[in-house]
Amino acid sequence: MSDTALRHRLAERGVDRQLLLLVPGLACVLALFVYPFAYGIGLSFQPASGGVLGAYRAFFTDAYQRDTIATTLGLALPAAILNVAASVPIAYLMRGRFRGKRFLTTILVVPITLGTVLTAEGLLNYLGPTGWFNRALMSIGVIDEPVRLTNNYWGVFFSLVITGFPFAFLLILSYLSGIDPTLERAAATLGAGRWQRFSRITLPLLAPGLATTFCLTFVLAFSVFPSAVLVGDPAGSTRVVSIAAYHAAYEAYDYPLGSAIAVIMGVVELVVVAVVLGLRSLFYTGSTGGKG
Amino acid sequence: MSDFAELRLDGVRRRFGGRDALTGLSLTIRRGEFIALLGPSGCGKSTALNCLAGLLPLSEGSIWQDETRLDTVPPERRGFGMVFQNYALFPHLSVRRNVSFGLQMRRLPRDEVRRRTDEAIKLVRLEEHAAKLPGQLSGGQQQRVAIARAIVLEPALVLMDEPLSNLDAKLRLEMRTEIRRLHQSLGLTTVYVTHDQEEALSLADRLVVLRDGRVEQIGTPQELHNRPANRHVADFMGYRNLLPMKVKAVHGATVTVDGAGLTLDGTAVGDVAPGDDVVAGIRPEDLLAGEHGVPVTVEVVEYQGREFAVEARTGEGVALHLRALERPAVGERITVTAAPSRVLVFAS
Amino acid sequence: MRRLTVGAWLVWGAVAFFLINLAALIGAVVVNSVGRRWFDTWLPQGWTTHWYASAWKEFGLLQVLVVTLEVALLVVAISVLVGVPASYVLARRSFPGRRLVYLLFLLPILMPPITYGIPLATVLYKYGFAGHLAGVVLANLVPSIPFVILTMTPFIEQIDQSVERAARMCGARTWQIFARILAPLLVPGILAASILVLVRTVGMFELTFLTAGPDSQTLVVALYYSMSAAGIRAQQSVDAMAVLYTSSMLVLLVAALRFVNPTQLVARVKDEPD
Repeated sequence: MSDTALRHRLAERGVDRQLLLLVPGLACVLALFVYPFAYGIGLSFQPASGGVLGAYRAFFTDAYQRDTIATTLGLALPAAILNVAASVPIAYLMRGRFRGKRFLTTILVVPITLGTVLTAEGLLNYLGPTGWFNRALMSIGVIDEPVRLTNNYWGVFFSLVITGFPFAFLLILSYLSGIDPTLERAAATLGAGRWQRFSRITLPLLAPGLATTFCLTFVLAFSVFPSAVLVGDPAGSTRVVSIAAYHAAYEAYDYPLGSAIAVIMGVVELVVVAVVLGLRSLFYTGSTGGKG
Repeated sequence: MSDFAELRLDGVRRRFGGRDALTGLSLTIRRGEFIALLGPSGCGKSTALNCLAGLLPLSEGSIWQDETRLDTVPPERRGFGMVFQNYALFPHLSVRRNVSFGLQMRRLPRDEVRRRTDEAIKLVRLEEHAAKLPGQLSGGQQQRVAIARAIVLEPALVLMDEPLSNLDAKLRLEMRTEIRRLHQSLGLTTVYVTHDQEEALSLADRLVVLRDGRVEQIGTPQELHNRPANRHVADFMGYRNLLPMKVKAVHGATVTVDGAGLTLDGTAVGDVAPGDDVVAGIRPEDLLAGEHGVPVTVEVVEYQGREFAVEARTGEGVALHLRALERPAVGERITVTAAPSRVLVFAS
Repeated sequence: MRRLTVGAWLVWGAVAFFLINLAALIGAVVVNSVGRRWFDTWLPQGWTTHWYASAWKEFGLLQVLVVTLEVALLVVAISVLVGVPASYVLARRSFPGRRLVYLLFLLPILMPPITYGIPLATVLYKYGFAGHLAGVVLANLVPSIPFVILTMTPFIEQIDQSVERAARMCGARTWQIFARILAPLLVPGILAASILVLVRTVGMFELTFLTAGPDSQTLVVALYYSMSAAGIRAQQSVDAMAVLYTSSMLVLLVAALRFVNPTQLVARVKDEPD
């Protein structure tokens, strides 16, 4: 009787056998994400020398290692901001229906399929000293010498924009189409001009979506790894955190240091995300009246 | 049809996160009865229906079908049929497959499934649409499919959750008659949830009025219409004039009340004594324009077909709702009275 | 017809500039992959398909493609089997700790793959999974299962719950409701989620890179190795391989766009439910 009573009480709170359907998913995430992460954190506190915090101290006292954080943020933040900022006006103009919208959307999304390597090869070929871009600029006389755009900061930056923009664009397009278009029409009947309608009605409703989009684009840019090696300057100006982590773990075989760098990377990323999401909570985040 | 004499709800209670959504519902439903659960949204009427269906477990109390305890039986084995507010038709199945779904779940022989499905579709007059998908039907047709699906199993009890609320006014009246006709011709037992008092009064043999999860009154349509048990039921039954007043004198069942510049004779509902704060309830149609009575000024006039709905205001600023056969002019001063038997005085 | 403002012209101009450069970028790779010798000129000196043949032979592309397909299909199958039931519970039920569970499923998508990939690879090596197909599949499940859950949860939410209740009132048992009502209604969603996971798994570099052995490389990783080991392989071969990779991804993408709203490619980001 007390058993059924307990089951009754639990059922009232929404706990019953159906929740067992969650178990496989939770087990996978716990075994493949939470446990390794905890294991990595544990490992990062057991370096070969220097005590519990030795690996972290080693990272922060070595300027070559420490500066990777600034390098990564210096790449990821501008790239994410540019991707979001460029997506907003384009997506705004592409609201509503018009002929060729699906085609244009598809074209804008194509870079998703390029993959790191083709993007890298393309950048090296196209923007390289003898590539079409420099060739074109020189033949119309804008420049005399080829501009160096690869194997440095700019190569990686362009690669981040090419791969990150479609993501930002698609997300913002979906957020924008979730805003009820009659709201802007209502504002128009109240005398708001084009710019006022955008800045006073649409933009505030879009703000939470912008924050989420920024976070996801930032995560993508922050984990930059292959392109930093292939089109960047992996030993110098584009030595990002993930390269440092990879080197520590797989080339120096210093797993504690590798794990420590991974943990630091996670913390830095989560701090940025938390700040952005914190700002997001200052905005109105309820229904936007549309279909989405 | 499964044979039973009565269904009994005994102290049924349902809590949601520490709050009572429904409490102390005791009700005996006799076979063949049409019961309406009536109340404003959030009163617990849908909770009651879902508890009866078995879709929500009870927090306390029990449900009995004669001597069989039902509240521990899962919904799919209670043998009830249900019509949902939004119809809940299976969007990927044709009308015919929707209706036959329950029969197939019972693993009935193929011939019987076909025969009973045909009968049910014929009963709701959807023969021409049997092969269509629900998305291709109009609201009224979808409604008929939902009803056919619920009754094809010849259920012991049919549960209906505001089935007419998504239809337009004309269709609503038609389907109302249709539902009552099916109830009578098939000898169904029906529990019907609605927030529309007119619908409830016209369909049901007995009404259960709920408010804040509690039963306010159970009775026949006539009882509720003429003798609401308290001001809340009165409010729901169309007593649009509910005036806070004070008891001046009591003579047997007749009470004299005054307040806000008005003095009225009325009939007491419950115990009242001189000096009590009370509420006097009067239907608009019982407030009559006459030679003597309270002087009021006409403010708003609405045409309602055979008569006019008038909102008027007393000198003290109290708004009164009444009916008039001739259109009064806005701003006109008239006098109104009500028969003491038509003025109900509720203890507050 | 809306009149275009100066701002709109500027925006379309920027889009055109982006697209022209993008086309040129892709074109440069394609041209290089079919070019004979290409130095300081606008176009190569001659044309050939030789690089494709050599890419196929040198890189053992057949084996790489088989591995890629195996990994992707296994990841799709497992993450759908594990993810769909979980998203059903998340969509339909409220229970204590629901927000925590949701956050737990969100985290793997929010974290850069490298951050959990390195410790995960270490753990997988410890238990002997890494370096084989199993390790690559396990690692790729980490973002895929949450992705299926985040895509399917809103999809299930938009299926009216009273349809399930109606089936129950018709006498259907739980498994019958799943088989006869939910499964047919979920097919489009599952299909969409599967294609998206496929696209993402084929394109996933970091996790595969960290856990793959010589016999369990997928196409992206093989490409990366061939490119970073510069000088050993002819650049044109690498380009040929990259073109092959991109064309197959493009086919997948176009297939995906037939079934899903393009915005789903990214993730149906849904705000934390209450």
